[in-house]
Amino acid sequence: MAPLLDLEDVHARYGSVQALGGVSLSVGEGEVVAVLGGNGAGKTTTLRAISGLVTTSGRVRFAGERLPRAPEGVARAGIAHVPEGRGIFEELSVDENLRLGAYLRRGGFAESYERVCGHFPWLERRGAQQAGTLSGGEQQMLAIARALMSRPRLLMLDEPSLGLAPIVVREIFRILGDLNENEGLSILVVEQNATLALRSSSRAYVLEVGQVALEGPSSELAENESVRKSYLGY
Amino acid sequence: MSRLAVARAIAAALALAASIAFILVAPHWDKVGDIKGAQMGTYFIAIVGLNIVTGYTGQISLAQGAFMAIGGYTTAFLVTHGVRDLWTIPVAALVAGAFGFLLGIPALRLSGLYLALVTFGLAVAMPDLIAWDKLSSVTKGGQSIQLFGSKHLLGQGFNSVTVLGHSTSFNRAVYYLTWAIALVLFVVAWLFLRGRPGRAFRAVRDSEIAAASSGVHIAAYKTLAFAIGAAYAGVAGSLLVIAVAFADPQSFPAKLSLTILVGAVIAGLGSMWGVLLGAAFVEFLPVVSVHVSKSQGVPDAIYGAALILIVLLLPAGIAGGLKRAASPLTTRLYTRS
Amino acid sequence: MTELLQQIVAGLSSGSIYALLALGIVIIYRSTGVVNFAQGEMATFTTFIAWTLVDHGVGYWGAFGLTILIALVGGIALERIVVRPVEGKPVINGVILTIGLFILFGGLSNWIWKAEVRSFPPSRPFPTSAWNLGGVAVSKQDAGILAVTLVLMVLLWLLFRYTKLGLALSASALSPTASRLVGIRVGWMLGLGWGLAAAIGAVAGLFTAAAAPPLDPNMMRPVLIYAFAAAVVGGLESPIGAVVGGLLIGVVLNLISTYDTHLHLDLDRVRLPIALALILLVLLARPTGLFGKQVVRRV
Repeated sequence: MAPLLDLEDVHARYGSVQALGGVSLSVGEGEVVAVLGGNGAGKTTTLRAISGLVTTSGRVRFAGERLPRAPEGVARAGIAHVPEGRGIFEELSVDENLRLGAYLRRGGFAESYERVCGHFPWLERRGAQQAGTLSGGEQQMLAIARALMSRPRLLMLDEPSLGLAPIVVREIFRILGDLNENEGLSILVVEQNATLALRSSSRAYVLEVGQVALEGPSSELAENESVRKSYLGY
Repeated sequence: MSRLAVARAIAAALALAASIAFILVAPHWDKVGDIKGAQMGTYFIAIVGLNIVTGYTGQISLAQGAFMAIGGYTTAFLVTHGVRDLWTIPVAALVAGAFGFLLGIPALRLSGLYLALVTFGLAVAMPDLIAWDKLSSVTKGGQSIQLFGSKHLLGQGFNSVTVLGHSTSFNRAVYYLTWAIALVLFVVAWLFLRGRPGRAFRAVRDSEIAAASSGVHIAAYKTLAFAIGAAYAGVAGSLLVIAVAFADPQSFPAKLSLTILVGAVIAGLGSMWGVLLGAAFVEFLPVVSVHVSKSQGVPDAIYGAALILIVLLLPAGIAGGLKRAASPLTTRLYTRS
Repeated sequence: MTELLQQIVAGLSSGSIYALLALGIVIIYRSTGVVNFAQGEMATFTTFIAWTLVDHGVGYWGAFGLTILIALVGGIALERIVVRPVEGKPVINGVILTIGLFILFGGLSNWIWKAEVRSFPPSRPFPTSAWNLGGVAVSKQDAGILAVTLVLMVLLWLLFRYTKLGLALSASALSPTASRLVGIRVGWMLGLGWGLAAAIGAVAGLFTAAAAPPLDPNMMRPVLIYAFAAAVVGGLESPIGAVVGGLLIGVVLNLISTYDTHLHLDLDRVRLPIALALILLVLLARPTGLFGKQVVRRV
């Protein structure tokens, strides 16, 4: 079966600096795939490349078709990207953020809203609160909720655990696991927290210096000697 | 001294020599003449002043013309009250500078945008302020103050004047006076900006936080810059009034401030060397544009188009070539694919 | 008392014009982060276009509507071509660019239509007669201007508050990248911001010409300052503030002119400096304006 998301030999550059030097990866329908690597390895750039936020060359296919190169088109195709820094609208209210999440959907806001509030019940209570005044964990959850409002086929997250307390991180990953199992949502997650990422995913890629250094089933990578030494700390 | 430094020194000396030669020759060239030449000189001085405020400390001032008005009216007032015109020039500088300092204080609390707004408002409102009844003891309200024929004016405004033993026309004398002062003020500004104050100014412009943490007293330098810029404008205004021998509210309209801004942008904000070019551009464009169409609006249309083109084509040059390091997040956000 | 009421109504009418222009300034600022110094000159320019249309036989209200459309399209084009490059750049770039537009449009108005003053032949938008409401003479023109302005305000408010488009416009202004990730065509949103502002400005210009004929190229110069004052008083980010500010300033300035005859302070002459003082005062005392939201950011 063809993968849902398929990157083939993707290069990306920031000005004269090459950030990705030929990355190939894929995400199958209903899979959770993790992307690991140290700082500057190109993890964030990979997501940005998919979303069209950075100039790329190479093939990016989604659901069998060429993915448009503009972020608006990528969103339209059914990919929701929760970027580094969460990408919420801090000056707007929680409700308004969620409405914007549903921007591309013609109607059906109420239904999406109900589903999303099922995962994050507190959103309903705090609808009028200004998003910038939420705690870090709440902002991250809002960002994910907003991404879910568009009913995406693929959810991409950039370092969702960054700066959050372990208990909050566990909750977030529990919800992600839930979404994957019960709703078949495909997930591509970039994480520095390798242990967590490998535990939550079925397959993973390890990036180094803008290229794929290792790939394979997460359980195998978790046992891999060099992965253990470099990223798992033992 | 490195070779680059030597090359730059030679280039600077050559530019200076060429400028001086041009200034000496210009009035004899009938396309220029004394009057336009003198006016260009006043623009020159005002532009240098604006450069110090906006180009070097990054405070956007659209009110240069308003400070010229203060200087000009100081001269007008003093001459009609018996002061020799030449002595009024430094007084005009001080008075305008004082007002500049006064404006500089609230300016500290205003962000760039708001400062632009306020100074723009000042430029537009100045003619009305001058014409205000309540100030008429100083400004004679909406009426013009005539200096023509005053014995305190060089050659009473029309006779020939004796300069260093030579007899020249009033206009010629004004021309040389203006450019002599312009040259002196230019060198003073250049020396001042080369030294520590100049570096401090640039530090304030580029990053207030960094400047403050390296011990630069931000408030002092910013208000100082405002005062100096206004003082220069005061001199320019004073010379303008002397040259035309009268002052009235319409001598200093909003358009004047904007014209000086155009000159400063063409000159290259934050760079001293283009000022001659900038002054020449704003002075002579209306003369040249008559060939396109005699309509009044043409010079303005070209000034406007010039500003727009410069901002679009040379955006870094607008902020004086500053390498304003946008925060990393901003850089990422504005990457266009 | 009737005198006072009359002057208040007249003040509301001129205040409507300030409010319209101020609203355009706020919309542009919120969406593209630029203060449009050329707002007034663009309004003048479009008013001259309307004059040309009427001169060529188009009826007044037809020309009115057509001009608004032209302004809408023109504003979008202006943003996409000329203004886009300075968005996100240092403030001074935007200032110099819009000052350049100020000078350019002023020059173009002069060049194309010459500096002759002219009136809108032969019609005026509203009849020049007045109603008598309990002894207070309310000019139909003043009432008409106020009414149209209020209707426009309500429409815009509805747009921003309750429509997807309005929310998308706000979002694009706040965070272009996040907006794009959500699927909003940010480029068009920003253009639309300028288009709306230009259209509103066109209305302001047309009303100014109607209220104080004849049509002269410099007519919007003072109006711009009053509009700035209104925008600042209301808070540059608040559309409601701009409107309330504009109406307030219109009334206050009108009352000052009227009652100055008793005070002998020649205040009528210094309306602009008064507006300027107001701007300075508000900016120093309450930089976010009377209606501005204090945005909280958790670092």
